[in-house]
Amino acid sequence: MSAPKTLYDKIWNDHLVEQQPDGTCLLYIDRHLVHEVTSPQAFEGLRLNGRKVHAPSKTLAVVDHNVPTTDRRFGIEDPESALQIETLAQNAADFGVEYYSELDRRQGIVHIVGPEQGFTLPGMTIVCGDSHTSTHGAFGALAHGIGTSEVEHVLATQTLIQKKAKNMRVNVDGKLPAGVTAKDIILAIIGQIGTAGGTGHVIEFAGEAIRGLSMEGRMTVCNMTIEGGARAGMIAPDDTTFEYIYGRPRAPQGRAWDMALDYWRTLPTDEGAFFDSEIRLDAADLPPIVTWGSSPEDVVSISGVVPDPDQIPDENKRISKWRALKYMGLTPGTRMTDVKLDRIFIGSCTNGRIEDLREVAKVVEGRSVNANLSAMIVPGSGVVKEQAEAEGLDKIFKAAGFDWREPGCSMCLAMNADKLAPEERCASTSNRNFEGRQGFKGRTHLVSPAMAAAAAIAGHFVDIREWR
Amino acid sequence: MDKFTKLTAVAAPMPIVNIDTDMIIPKQYLKTIKRTGLGVALFSEMRYNEDGTENPDFVLNKPAYRNAEILVAGDNFGCGSSREHAPWALKDFGISCIISTSFADIFYNNSFQNGLLPIVVSPENLEKLLDDASRGANATISVDLEAQEIRGPDGGVIHFEIDPFKKHCMLNGLDGIGLTMQKQDEIASFEGKLQNDRPWI
Repeated sequence: MSAPKTLYDKIWNDHLVEQQPDGTCLLYIDRHLVHEVTSPQAFEGLRLNGRKVHAPSKTLAVVDHNVPTTDRRFGIEDPESALQIETLAQNAADFGVEYYSELDRRQGIVHIVGPEQGFTLPGMTIVCGDSHTSTHGAFGALAHGIGTSEVEHVLATQTLIQKKAKNMRVNVDGKLPAGVTAKDIILAIIGQIGTAGGTGHVIEFAGEAIRGLSMEGRMTVCNMTIEGGARAGMIAPDDTTFEYIYGRPRAPQGRAWDMALDYWRTLPTDEGAFFDSEIRLDAADLPPIVTWGSSPEDVVSISGVVPDPDQIPDENKRISKWRALKYMGLTPGTRMTDVKLDRIFIGSCTNGRIEDLREVAKVVEGRSVNANLSAMIVPGSGVVKEQAEAEGLDKIFKAAGFDWREPGCSMCLAMNADKLAPEERCASTSNRNFEGRQGFKGRTHLVSPAMAAAAAIAGHFVDIREWR
Repeated sequence: MDKFTKLTAVAAPMPIVNIDTDMIIPKQYLKTIKRTGLGVALFSEMRYNEDGTENPDFVLNKPAYRNAEILVAGDNFGCGSSREHAPWALKDFGISCIISTSFADIFYNNSFQNGLLPIVVSPENLEKLLDDASRGANATISVDLEAQEIRGPDGGVIHFEIDPFKKHCMLNGLDGIGLTMQKQDEIASFEGKLQNDRPWI
């Protein structure tokens, strides 16, 4: 009998084209998602060398980073964005790759579109020139971001040259208290391990609280794995996964479905498999979380205060955290619930799915956005937007004073017109609070959708557990 | 791809932890469809004032470091986005080597694709190199990839580890796609097996 294996070990082994004696491997890639920002130079490289796309049917191109979130039927105003979008359309046509344009109802953020279309399936290797490709790990796939040179490598060969990472397991035991969500789980984990804590590892998330999450929640957790430095995050596929996939446009059907299901059920980590490191959290202890600094590891409970960097022993780290506080315009000891906001952003590949929007609607129904701030909701895809409108959520949002936009990455990275002005403070459901991320000198606090919604009404952070 | 063999150059100290790729090159420069000309955008938000003039306090704007070819930086360099524009901007500015205690995975891989050598050292050695770098233009640091050695201005030698395959590609300027294209038969045979075992893929 062979040694017990982890979910990661199994997917890795099933994709090995070749292994060198020094451990360098050629890994087969099942799915490749392509967007407009990190692909033009890769297609240019193919052209210069007279190469073709090796497996066009395993490749899907979608515009998301650069598209405006206003009505796109009249064209794209920004000439640079327009050129990048046209370039993707042309490259997709020239190389025979399926493409969802900004006018396609299936268009949206690649990491929302892949799962929605059934393009993302368990046991697959999935890559994209975007760090948040880790999202797809929620399906029990091995999914990670790559750079443009590697995008070109995958386009040309459908493989990647890789070395195996280490196995790490994060167990989240018990049940989540009311008001505490998948977003709070992953922020708490990053707070504990740090932004480099997962470097060199693939993390498997396990435990009762993870099992209890919907696919949307699991995607939120895996999405932010990259903020903990890990190459990928994964969750074993189970009935929740299979129910989500069944019947999606590109999911296997009939006999292929039965065959796939048999395979998918063999994927979960074997009893006694080896993990290089393992940590454990109790879900019952977790509060709603807010970030206070300019790194996703800078987390604090909503009932806490801005921490004092002078308590940090390491000098470089202490100086860096003081720099973050200065950037954020905060002083140690300030209660998080006293922090006032100028902007609210609800959306992104972290929290732009239908379940996130339902959570927001529950909090804001029949109330009004605070007069001192502006709040925008950007659905993660056209399909999410349609679903939200079919459920009447858009009416609730608009009645409360939210701006209801077209799908895309939007103010998560502020490549389009949606951005913060200098020193504007934003509660955001996105994944990065880096300096300048949402706009030059903009100040970002990462929170869950429910926390962002409550802050939009109150004008400052509030403890969602006390929201009535 | 650019080769990297040996380098003796001025090293600029950046003792900040978690220097992310948004800091290295902000998104407004990602709208390009080219790889070239991104040096002006490097560290843009720290390097320039709001009116576009240079911020004299930023290390690479100081006379001693304007020609730096090595960066000595705090832990977890290159975290965040997968944008290869980060190594493109560093290389275009003239930086060919970065020394830190750790690098984010995607940035680390991207660097090797562009002849930009990322070197991991211990926290003690990083402190030593930050001290050396803070002495300015008179104190150069030498990096020898073949020997896997860093020499400080006072002759101290630090040995570093590196993956042998990555080292080989870097020393010879080898392009990964070219190497993999020679494995067409292996890929075709894998695909044959895949079609049989997992036809839904």
